[in-house]
Amino acid sequence: MTGGYGGADILKGCTVDVDEGEIAVIVGPNGAGKSTAMRAMLGMLELKSGSVRFRGKEITHLSTQARIAEGIAFVPQTNNVFVNMTVLENLEMGAFLRQDDFRETIEQVFELFPILAEKQNQLAGELSGGQRQQVAFGRALMSQPRVLMLDEPTAGVSPIVMDDLFERILEVRQSGVAILMVEQNARQALSIADKGFVLVIGENRHTDTGAALLADPEVKRSFLGG
Amino acid sequence: METITDFINAFVLLLNFILVPGLAYGSQIALGALGITMVYGILRFANFAHGDTMAFGTMVTILVTWWLQSQGISFGLLPTALLALPAGIVATVMILLITDKLVYQHYRRVKTPAVTLLIVSMGVMFMMNGIVRFIIGPNDQRFLDGEKFIIHARNFKAMTGLNEGLSIKVSQGLTVFIAILLVGALFWFLQKTRTGKAMRAFSDNEDLALLSGVNPDRVVLITWIIVAILATVAGTLYGLDKSFKPFTYLQLLLPMFAAAILGGVGNPIGAILGGFVIAFSELIVTYAYKKVFVYLLPVSLEPSNLMQLLSTDYKFAVSFFILVLVLLIKPTGILKGNVI
Repeated sequence: MTGGYGGADILKGCTVDVDEGEIAVIVGPNGAGKSTAMRAMLGMLELKSGSVRFRGKEITHLSTQARIAEGIAFVPQTNNVFVNMTVLENLEMGAFLRQDDFRETIEQVFELFPILAEKQNQLAGELSGGQRQQVAFGRALMSQPRVLMLDEPTAGVSPIVMDDLFERILEVRQSGVAILMVEQNARQALSIADKGFVLVIGENRHTDTGAALLADPEVKRSFLGG
Repeated sequence: METITDFINAFVLLLNFILVPGLAYGSQIALGALGITMVYGILRFANFAHGDTMAFGTMVTILVTWWLQSQGISFGLLPTALLALPAGIVATVMILLITDKLVYQHYRRVKTPAVTLLIVSMGVMFMMNGIVRFIIGPNDQRFLDGEKFIIHARNFKAMTGLNEGLSIKVSQGLTVFIAILLVGALFWFLQKTRTGKAMRAFSDNEDLALLSGVNPDRVVLITWIIVAILATVAGTLYGLDKSFKPFTYLQLLLPMFAAAILGGVGNPIGAILGGFVIAFSELIVTYAYKKVFVYLLPVSLEPSNLMQLLSTDYKFAVSFFILVLVLLIKPTGILKGNVI
């Protein structure tokens, strides 16, 4: 993928991919193009060259909504809930494109995040940061996506909530969903990753399994702080 | 005994000159402010053309009313304009959709800042104002027919034996009744239906709504349809209650904007609340209380002047004053809305 927001390209021919039931993590320093890569995959940024493929299908020129309909869900880093809507309505919005009965999925989300069941009639804007993150996560799961994309899911939450979120991410992987995430917290994210991509100024620097990257002395030195 | 009657007379005066007209005028402003708040909440700009949209819808309703009258069709005791209202709404939906297609759509595509759209809407305002004046003329038009009063002051006096009469006009009763129906339907739509929820989601967080698969074109379409309904109904009710004059509708922009901002722009409940606060403030400040005090105070303390805080000529100053005050003290409005 190559592209940017006019002017200089932010992405310079980088490649990321993820398979069903896998967790892929994109790490890298600030300005490496991690979030930009996510936006490109979601169709929120026009690529100059390169392509986005989903289950063997070319989706490079589909609109964001069309990609959502194909089975991609995204949890943005910030502003990721509808603050003036209740927790339940947030989840319903996640299932907006579904025509079938989605009550079962709501139950599954409540099982995954019991606190949401408790607060289902509260406005999402009144919840704590960690709880909001859970609402955002739950909303994304409501569409029963094939690929779940997370942009720094643990940014700004406490270490306890962070551990809990990583637990949930692992649980979601069990159900066969492909998970692609950008994470600031590289060490912990790579430890649960099947695949890791280290991006530097829009290019792939290292690509390997999570464990291998964690063990790689160069990755360690440059990106994991020794 | 004398004092109790005096007290009741004073009370009837206030009912007749403040409460009843306030409820009617407040409902009209509230419906107008709801339209402004819907555009602001979903399309994200301050729509200065709203007053003239109301004038356009009312004009079509009046023209169809005249036609119906010429055909000998009437609505019995109720104004014929109610029969013509659907036609007015359809015409307003059409002109708003055409305007969106020709004007707003382009600015939405290029993601114009809200301030630019505000200026664009002023252009639309002048256009729409011109069309209305061109077709129906700048003069006052009366189109109320059917029964005039629900309770006539004379009958009220005869019934109660009081000095002061209470009159409730059909147009006032209709205004409140239709406003309640319309607002009820709007809230039901926004809270309970799938499309309504999508619109709230879009207003709340546009990016996330798109990521949930909400179709923005559809949201825009339905917003204009709702705005057309609100504007035409508000304009027609105002015209029935007072009279129709294109320039008056342009002036209504101020109290309607004041109401929307006072309540918290983008917040529908706030718009309604704001509408009533503005309407009652205007009436309370411009009413001449002399007669009320004559009833309540002993003869020796009888006021010599009108006991009017502000001449009715200055009624728009009230809205303006409230508007400035809100923007200075609490720009998000009473109920938390966006900052305009």
